[in-house]
Amino acid sequence: MKYELVVGLEVHCQLNTKSKAFCGCSARFGNPANTNVCPVCLALPGALPVLNRQVVEDAVKLGLATGCSIAPLSVLARKNYFYPDLPKGYQISQFEEPICLEGGLRIDAGEGERHVRLIRIHIEEDAGKSIHDIGDDTFIDVNRSGVPLLEVVSYPDIRTAKEASVYLQKLRQIVKYLGISDGNMEEGSLRCDANVSLRLYGDEEYGTRTEIKNMNSFKNVEKAIEYEAERHRQILEAGGAISQETRLWDADKGETRSMRGKEFAHDYRYFPDPDLVPILVDEEMLERIRLELPEFPEARAERFVQEFSIPAYDAGVLTVEREVADYFEELAGLAKDAKVASNWVMGEVLRTLKEKYLSIEEFIVTPVRLGGLIRMIASGAVSNTIAKQVFELMQESDASAEEIVEREGLAQVSDSGAIEAVVDGILAANPGQLAAYREGKTKLMGFFVGQCMAKMKGKANPQMVNEVLVKKLGA
Amino acid sequence: MSVTIDDVTYIAELARLRFSDDEALKMTDELNTILHYVDTLNEVDTEGVLPLSNIHDQKNVLRADEEHEPIANAAALSNAPDSQDRFFRVPKVLG
Ligand SMILES: [Zn+2]
Repeated sequence: MKYELVVGLEVHCQLNTKSKAFCGCSARFGNPANTNVCPVCLALPGALPVLNRQVVEDAVKLGLATGCSIAPLSVLARKNYFYPDLPKGYQISQFEEPICLEGGLRIDAGEGERHVRLIRIHIEEDAGKSIHDIGDDTFIDVNRSGVPLLEVVSYPDIRTAKEASVYLQKLRQIVKYLGISDGNMEEGSLRCDANVSLRLYGDEEYGTRTEIKNMNSFKNVEKAIEYEAERHRQILEAGGAISQETRLWDADKGETRSMRGKEFAHDYRYFPDPDLVPILVDEEMLERIRLELPEFPEARAERFVQEFSIPAYDAGVLTVEREVADYFEELAGLAKDAKVASNWVMGEVLRTLKEKYLSIEEFIVTPVRLGGLIRMIASGAVSNTIAKQVFELMQESDASAEEIVEREGLAQVSDSGAIEAVVDGILAANPGQLAAYREGKTKLMGFFVGQCMAKMKGKANPQMVNEVLVKKLGA
Repeated sequence: MSVTIDDVTYIAELARLRFSDDEALKMTDELNTILHYVDTLNEVDTEGVLPLSNIHDQKNVLRADEEHEPIANAAALSNAPDSQDRFFRVPKVLG
């Protein structure tokens, strides 16, 4: 392909504050329509906005985490446009003087590490919600109006659709580590618009771009950018020109389409909001927030490798989500063997969470309970195979591993007399296989082990079964 | 600085205002009188003076992240020209 893809992303990240950005109404999602409202967010005459301190702190956290410089003084501005779900006729945002400037994210989409620079991060408020699909009219819910957002704007440094999705996942990981947002794309707490253009390889100048909206999953971001790049390529190769416009991604049809009619209004006439005074971030606040920053994934993964002697691969998987890393760290302390703990979290635990659509915080098998099970494996009280059965049973009640093993009679049999008796029985019941084994078909060893384990319902100590068999078959 | 009648028509459209031709002419004259008056400020030497975004000498007027009691849904809808169930109702707009 002779064209190079150029993508810049604008990501809106909804903050998880208790109250809205400029009034004390609940910022909670899902309450009955128009019940989280007050004169400020309804834009009743005379009501005055006051900025939520937490929003400033969250913006500073994200700025520091992405290597931005934090403006000592920043200004809230009005972005003017008319839409029924925007009661004031303007959105409070930041324009000329945003709170964070010039940062960057390191991402790796499988072709080595790349740096995507950030232009800015600014504070703004969300609009209300329009519902178009009931009857002939449009219905407005103002609950979301005034909910705080941070908009993160990247330079057009992204070169593949995959990179766009990895960048977004990285940003999501950071806001979740910071605890400032749920970062959920499907529920709209992370929203992404992509500016897409093509240029010939080697060209300095960017081609005409289109803006794509309405991509509500990482997969859709990739698909939409790929679709749009291909659309541009076909137009350019046919000698046509791209028209600069906003396009909506239609996930069902797998295509973007032009958003006609809204184009002329892109003159927002920003000006400083006279109702709000400048935001001052002094050294003291900056230092305090810097100290509160959590340990980030890369640093934590590195520490896991050092502290628990687990492979770098494991540490990477375990630190993707902060909650999983917390779970592992607690478990590793309790289980004594960190590698075994890591295997369980990466295997059984993450698989179960995925199958049951659970988050690790709501998982009933807590580190304390799983730690108990892993200690039983280490001491030989249960076999690995049986432990997986116990793990399943542990999800049905809050009984401990010991209690379940006791109740279900799942303890490992390491009594050599009992094992010998079973082995004798199996050999006597399978004279044909026994003869074949003695004639050199030693592969039948596996058959005998399997028969013995089945007979003992998997509870026999497998190492002992092996030893007894070797002894008897050799005789 | 001054504006033309085209500027006035454009700004009126953005502000969702509708003027007759006479009104637009009158508005252009009046706006130009105001702009001319404000032009006097350009005579002041502002070299080295930071732009002022707010006339109050205050910074960081912030509130704690606490919830207040919202107003009742019925009260919120009471001034609306039209409503249904818990919603404001407006003429159909395209999504
Ligand atoms: Zn409110």
